[in-house]
Amino acid sequence: MISLAHFIVLGTVLFCISVAGIFINRKNVIVLLMAIELMLLAVNMNFVAFSRYLGDPAGQVFVFFILTVAAAESAIGLAILVVLFRNRSTINVAEIDSMKG
Amino acid sequence: MTQQILFYAFAAVLIASALAVITLKNSVHAALSLVLTFFTAAGIWILAEAEFLGLALIVVYVGAVMVLFLFVVMMLDIKPESMREGFMRFLPAGVIVAAVMLAEMLSLIGVKTLQAVPLPENPAAAAGSNTAWLGQALFTKFLLPFEIAALILTVALIAAVTLTLRKRSGVRTQKPGLQVLVQRDERLRVVRMASETPKTGESA
Repeated sequence: MISLAHFIVLGTVLFCISVAGIFINRKNVIVLLMAIELMLLAVNMNFVAFSRYLGDPAGQVFVFFILTVAAAESAIGLAILVVLFRNRSTINVAEIDSMKG
Repeated sequence: MTQQILFYAFAAVLIASALAVITLKNSVHAALSLVLTFFTAAGIWILAEAEFLGLALIVVYVGAVMVLFLFVVMMLDIKPESMREGFMRFLPAGVIVAAVMLAEMLSLIGVKTLQAVPLPENPAAAAGSNTAWLGQALFTKFLLPFEIAALILTVALIAAVTLTLRKRSGVRTQKPGLQVLVQRDERLRVVRMASETPKTGESA
């Protein structure tokens, strides 16, 4: 039988993979955005598991809202990325430093 | 038993494709691995009897967000090699941080203590289906957040359009605003003149 721990451990592993992804892909903004999506997926996994475990629909409703906000976030993030590429011809994080104090 | 085998198979695919997302050289391949990751995660949610969210994940993420990602990745002209600088340099740090985090979290969770607790009976069974169970909560207790979520999506839509919209010089386009404002007198001139009749005898 699948227990609560199975889902939580899976979510933890997914979260750690995405943290490692943010560390090692320091140059590519697109892969950074994908790692953030993975992180949100890991959080959603925990919400779903606990909602099922506690028999409370609030957890799954919250996942629904996280999906909404994540879709809005990626749409705006990618729009910013397109404008950035149009103006600077690069998406290298190291070269986007014109606002350095 | 079947459920457990399925869970482990899905979990293995999920972790392998998540690793592929962060390590693949080509951004298009990374985006396609992310599609596989979301699809597998949807399978795991369906195993947890959260059917509505599993299907919503496929429709929203695989159908909309990932297509947007692929669209942007293919539109931007990025050289894969230039994006790999520092990959090997940051690899040890990333792996160490992730491994330490994983060890800490797993020790906090206490895998042994939770393993004995199986999931209870599906609470959605009383409501008929998972969708009905979720919908009853969403449209009663969470109605205001639901409306706010709709507003957030609208704001995001308008923001994305205004961010990427640009004026190009030297392009001839219709201006609907001016077209609507046009008056009859600007386009039509009524000329008074004597009526003419064709002369008899001349054939038309």
